[in-house]
Amino acid sequence: MSGKTLYDKIWDAHVVANEANGETVLYIDLHLIHEVTSPQAFAGLRAHGRAVRRPDRTLAVADHNVPTEGQARGVGAVADPEARLQLETLGRNVKANGIEFFPMGDIRNGIVHVVGPEQGRTQPGMTIVCGDSHTSTHGAFGALAHGIGTSEVEHVLATQTLRQRKAKNLRVTVDGELHAGVGAKDIALAVIGEIGTAGGTGYVIEYAGSAVRGLSMEGRMTLCNLTIEAGAKAGLVAPDDKTFDYLQGRPASPKGGAWEMAYSYWKTFFSDPDAKFDREIRLKAQDIPPLVTWGTSPEDVVPVTGSVPDTAAIADETKRAQVQRALDYMGLASGQRIDEARIDRVFIGSCTNSRIEDLRAAAEVARGRKVAAHVQAMVVPGSGLVKEQAEAEGLDAIFIEAGFDWREPGCSMCLAMNPDKLMPGERCASTSNRNFEGRQGRGGRTHLMSPAMAAAAAVAGRIVDVRSLA
Amino acid sequence: MTPFTTLDGKAVPLDMANVDTDQIIPKQFLKTVEREGLAKGLFYDLRFDEAGNPKPGFVLNQLQYAGASVLIAGDNFGCGSSREHAPWALLDFGLRCVIAPSFADIFYNNCFENGLLPVTLSEPLVRKLMDEAKGGNHVFSIDLAAQTVMTPSGETVSFEIDAGRKEKLLKGLDAIGETLQHEGEIGTYEYKRSLSTPWLEARA
Repeated sequence: MSGKTLYDKIWDAHVVANEANGETVLYIDLHLIHEVTSPQAFAGLRAHGRAVRRPDRTLAVADHNVPTEGQARGVGAVADPEARLQLETLGRNVKANGIEFFPMGDIRNGIVHVVGPEQGRTQPGMTIVCGDSHTSTHGAFGALAHGIGTSEVEHVLATQTLRQRKAKNLRVTVDGELHAGVGAKDIALAVIGEIGTAGGTGYVIEYAGSAVRGLSMEGRMTLCNLTIEAGAKAGLVAPDDKTFDYLQGRPASPKGGAWEMAYSYWKTFFSDPDAKFDREIRLKAQDIPPLVTWGTSPEDVVPVTGSVPDTAAIADETKRAQVQRALDYMGLASGQRIDEARIDRVFIGSCTNSRIEDLRAAAEVARGRKVAAHVQAMVVPGSGLVKEQAEAEGLDAIFIEAGFDWREPGCSMCLAMNPDKLMPGERCASTSNRNFEGRQGRGGRTHLMSPAMAAAAAVAGRIVDVRSLA
Repeated sequence: MTPFTTLDGKAVPLDMANVDTDQIIPKQFLKTVEREGLAKGLFYDLRFDEAGNPKPGFVLNQLQYAGASVLIAGDNFGCGSSREHAPWALLDFGLRCVIAPSFADIFYNNCFENGLLPVTLSEPLVRKLMDEAKGGNHVFSIDLAAQTVMTPSGETVSFEIDAGRKEKLLKGLDAIGETLQHEGEIGTYEYKRSLSTPWLEARA
């Protein structure tokens, strides 16, 4: 019998019951909730007279529609009445059910996928779910983590389990050394560009290889975060010393004897050398340049030194029409160089790239430079604690001096549920995760890229190769 | 949950691949604490211009497709955000079945929680069904128990669906109720975990 993959091991450790219909009742160790996808779940519980089984395995934050200024004034001062109602509803639901909650304005609050790891709630070998597709982020710790719908949120609240079918195993191995100016975001975009936005459907992806091992925890979170954009169920990186060092001393990390026990347990979570993967993909780190997206799907990637597709060169009629539609939406000419695209806005933030390392990378580029006169640029830290850390390091001063707007934490313009949004036709260099039509505001044009590249774009006023800045 | 057994209805062809859930229901409609009333936001940016007037070119605004209950779309339907508001909006609009060559995982799961049937057929078959749907004066018949779609021209095509998921839709099962029948096993699991991984089970 062949060995087990990391995914197999986490799965096996959480099986409560196997049903005759092929479903497995899988135990959930950590359930993260937020204001947008939980209200109907709590209403469902109330309608059936059901209780929250494990409030202690549940953590709530307010992130999706919070404003990124004036948070200290409290929820009552949120201008949008619908957003305010959702925030108030979450506050009532967590109170009624005894769930730990970091409300807006609490320094521990922030984007759910930044807060979980930061608090040490996210740990190796766990199963973690949240009513948010980017829950895949937590896979960076060797936890099986994925997004669920609101009905499933209700299911987890009521039973602390989820009915699941096992996915297949896909391993993406990235070996070698990354070039300077190339990071986790570029690896992720390279993978999505390689396999497409549906390429991972039905799989859990484990990332391996020396370039992945070389990434920091923040980098691994970026990589796993974007796994959903390849259509996969979840992304995983086996835990190692970097993982354990990150977790040591976090508020919810085990302490003392429990830490020793947990440490021994966590070290069992890796793919056996003879484990069998259903599919394997290999990339060479040195082949990956800084990448940006040109179109309206995360698979529309191009090296920053390259050009957008030339529609005349596309033989397939349907494909050509799709590309033309995307180019029209993006306001780009067939075959034009991507670095000729002039930008209006810059967004540095989101669950993909708003952690301290991301802000350091962007600040490094911004230091001593100025945001181009026609560009409006904003930096939104992933949590109150990230913001505090960045301010302690003086990053806020670097950004403000360069002309960036320094904001309060939240999902912000990644999905534009709060007041931060693009106006029709505006072009944005964004560190977020989706360049879908209208994602950052109706008619808005999003180019995904790394924090360093977004900061460089802010300075140049157009998409630019960060390596070329003098 | 409303069961899904059979459906006779008009189909509307949406010839687009990678239709993401942001397009199905844009963010401004997610600020609700209800499941109902989302039809107004369905495909909002495609259906309406910036002044809020219907765009005549979009299929769902065309009179011949009014009252359609089947949506036929391209590859990777429902990709992106996990928002269950997407199936809620489709259902609220009157659509009860989506036919496509493939679906994104979370959206596909969400359909089964709400009595919305996702039918996966090969790309050429989907293309053929879209052609038959054009014009609007027709009826498609879907039979979940038999796993068939009968087209207006009388052709019957079969589709594959997982047996457990099929049963869930046919009976309109309440997944939570089913799982709570395992409450004893969940308790046993938690007890074992309190011994093997006590740091996870230390209740606050």
